[in-house]
Amino acid sequence: MEELIQLGFFAGLLMLGYFWGSVNERRHYHSIRRREKKYQSVPAVSFKSVPANIEVKTSKLVIGSTVISIDYFKRFMAVLYNLVGGRLKPYESLLDRARREAILRMKQSSPKAQLIINVRVETASISKSSRKGTVGSIEVLAYGTAINYK
Amino acid sequence: MLLSNTETIPGKEIREFYGLVAGSTVRAKHIGRDFMAGLKNIIGGELTGYSELLQDSRQEAMNRMEEQAKKVGANAIVNIRFSTSSIAQGAAELYCYGTAVKVE
Repeated sequence: MEELIQLGFFAGLLMLGYFWGSVNERRHYHSIRRREKKYQSVPAVSFKSVPANIEVKTSKLVIGSTVISIDYFKRFMAVLYNLVGGRLKPYESLLDRARREAILRMKQSSPKAQLIINVRVETASISKSSRKGTVGSIEVLAYGTAINYK
Repeated sequence: MLLSNTETIPGKEIREFYGLVAGSTVRAKHIGRDFMAGLKNIIGGELTGYSELLQDSRQEAMNRMEEQAKKVGANAIVNIRFSTSSIAQGAAELYCYGTAVKVE
């Protein structure tokens, strides 16, 4: 009986993770795409300096960061993927979302900028679970220098 | 104080170098946030509590760096870099460093 309850609990967590996780992800992607369109006019580039023909009026450091967690179902799927190897699709979408969100927040923090140069993106895993090798959540930090032309 | 992660402040010229300045802070998460994060770990999505915590801590590290630069008489910091490392279960160190300079 006790095992049955445990199994039921596990299945419940999986279901919850699957439904909420996919709804969350769809919603997040929708909002990312909408905001990316809005900030299309502010290019974020990884050039180390300003292109030579541009005269700079002001410059400022801009930062954007986010912490995103993977859901229970995907974490379970990742364990299964580990047996057969290959692409870990659940984690790919997690990292993609986090990076795009961080870059968007960087742009949002300085909406009047015309160009952001020297953009760096850094990822740190904030491991929560004690199981070795599994990542609970990741932090992505994006930073660059926002430029306004003369 | 002008801040930039490029090697110069765009549109200005560096007159003097004062050397490396750095700021760091070690933060632990508190139990309420940890509990919410545990729930969020099931359904996925952004951990708002952690996001804010890290943003605040990073701001503090930057403030410390700026104070250090002011002390040596600089008016700008160039080539700023950030790094995050988890040093213990539940604690993270946020570190930032750059070169203090005088620009005109």
